Amino acid sequence: MATLSVCQPQLGGFSFENCKRNAVLEAEVTKLGCNIPSARKTGTTICGVVFKDGIVLGADTRATEGMIVADKNCSKIHYISPNIYCCGAGTAADTEMTTQIISSNLELHSLSTSRLPRVATANRMLKQMLFRYQGHIGAALVLGGVDCNGPHLYSIYPHGSTDKLPYVTMGSGSLAAMAVFEDRYKQDMEEEDAKRLVRDAIAAGIFNDLGSGSNIDLCVITKGRVDYLRPHDMANKKGVRLIRPVYAYKQGTTGVLTKSVIKLDLEVVEETVQTMDTS
Amino acid sequence: MNTRGLRSQLKDSVPVTGMGQQVGAYGVQDTLRSGFSSVKNELLPSHALELSEKNFQLNQDKMNFSNLRNIQGLHAPLKLQMEYRAARQIQRLPFLQSSHLALDTLKGNDESISFEDILNDPSQSEMVGEPHIMMEYKLGLM
Repeated sequence: MATLSVCQPQLGGFSFENCKRNAVLEAEVTKLGCNIPSARKTGTTICGVVFKDGIVLGADTRATEGMIVADKNCSKIHYISPNIYCCGAGTAADTEMTTQIISSNLELHSLSTSRLPRVATANRMLKQMLFRYQGHIGAALVLGGVDCNGPHLYSIYPHGSTDKLPYVTMGSGSLAAMAVFEDRYKQDMEEEDAKRLVRDAIAAGIFNDLGSGSNIDLCVITKGRVDYLRPHDMANKKGVRLIRPVYAYKQGTTGVLTKSVIKLDLEVVEETVQTMDTS
Repeated sequence: MNTRGLRSQLKDSVPVTGMGQQVGAYGVQDTLRSGFSSVKNELLPSHALELSEKNFQLNQDKMNFSNLRNIQGLHAPLKLQMEYRAARQIQRLPFLQSSHLALDTLKGNDESISFEDILNDPSQSEMVGEPHIMMEYKLGLM
């Protein structure tokens, strides 16, 4: 509600001025039978697994807006720091901004302590911020990285609770991916086995959940090395359009019975040259 | 700096009584300065987070100071609050943009980025405060 005169200096951050107006507008629009546009979500499958030397994170690449696919190849594995990456599910803008803010804060923190940041620090920062906003920021994250204490994997829910586990899945396809993990996870896997397991889990999410689709992205983090494989596997490739027309029949499809050639005698009557204006 | 022991400090936090309206002279609502009022607007916040966000910094400070007092004794929060009070006075007049550099350094805000720095930058706000009214409000003459 606008006041007639501004008495105090404005503060930054979230402003709730228009909430009442929005609520009234939404009620009006629903009475008329239309829908207000919905936020773009990443109905998703994301997962992570700890293997012998590090972490493998995996994600699909579909972003949905209600019932429509908004982005066929969006990137859901976000950079937090050179040794920490984070997959995000939920509202796309929320995961993007949250991971960027935490990445900036971690960079400032690591400059001030002059040490490589730890995964537990990123986890603590994320959970405190998400709890402060009581779940209104719809970001469900899988955070993984390798620091001085070894590989760590956390799952962070929108209301601010976290779990530290050897394998986690989040998103609308999390049940399908978790089924694959529960069946085939073993402690201290090799890197190739871990990559294959994550790829199969994301594929299970892609093929069994409407909100997930397109390609599979992987991110392998070990001590001193990060492999960002985008795309690792194109599970749903769009069909290629044929260049030559299929509607033309091959020569010889129809049998030839008779053939007669009539030559037309044409003589040149008049020849004129018209210059083109090529200026 | 989030510390434990929130429940024991809950009694110190700012009470959630609703948004107070500006009361002018004679104890009546000041229509000229704060516009028309309606009881419904004043009773309930328009968003669940509005009240908690308005008082978030205050509550954090109170919680941290009372924890500090419990751990280190009364002198620790007293000294810090004295420094904060001194740093808070280093600013321009209210209608101009001041950087609050000393206060930010003391509070540790120069080493973190949050939504206050990204969204709704005060230097780009659409409403400009009228200098005379803001000075009167600050000096308590209104």
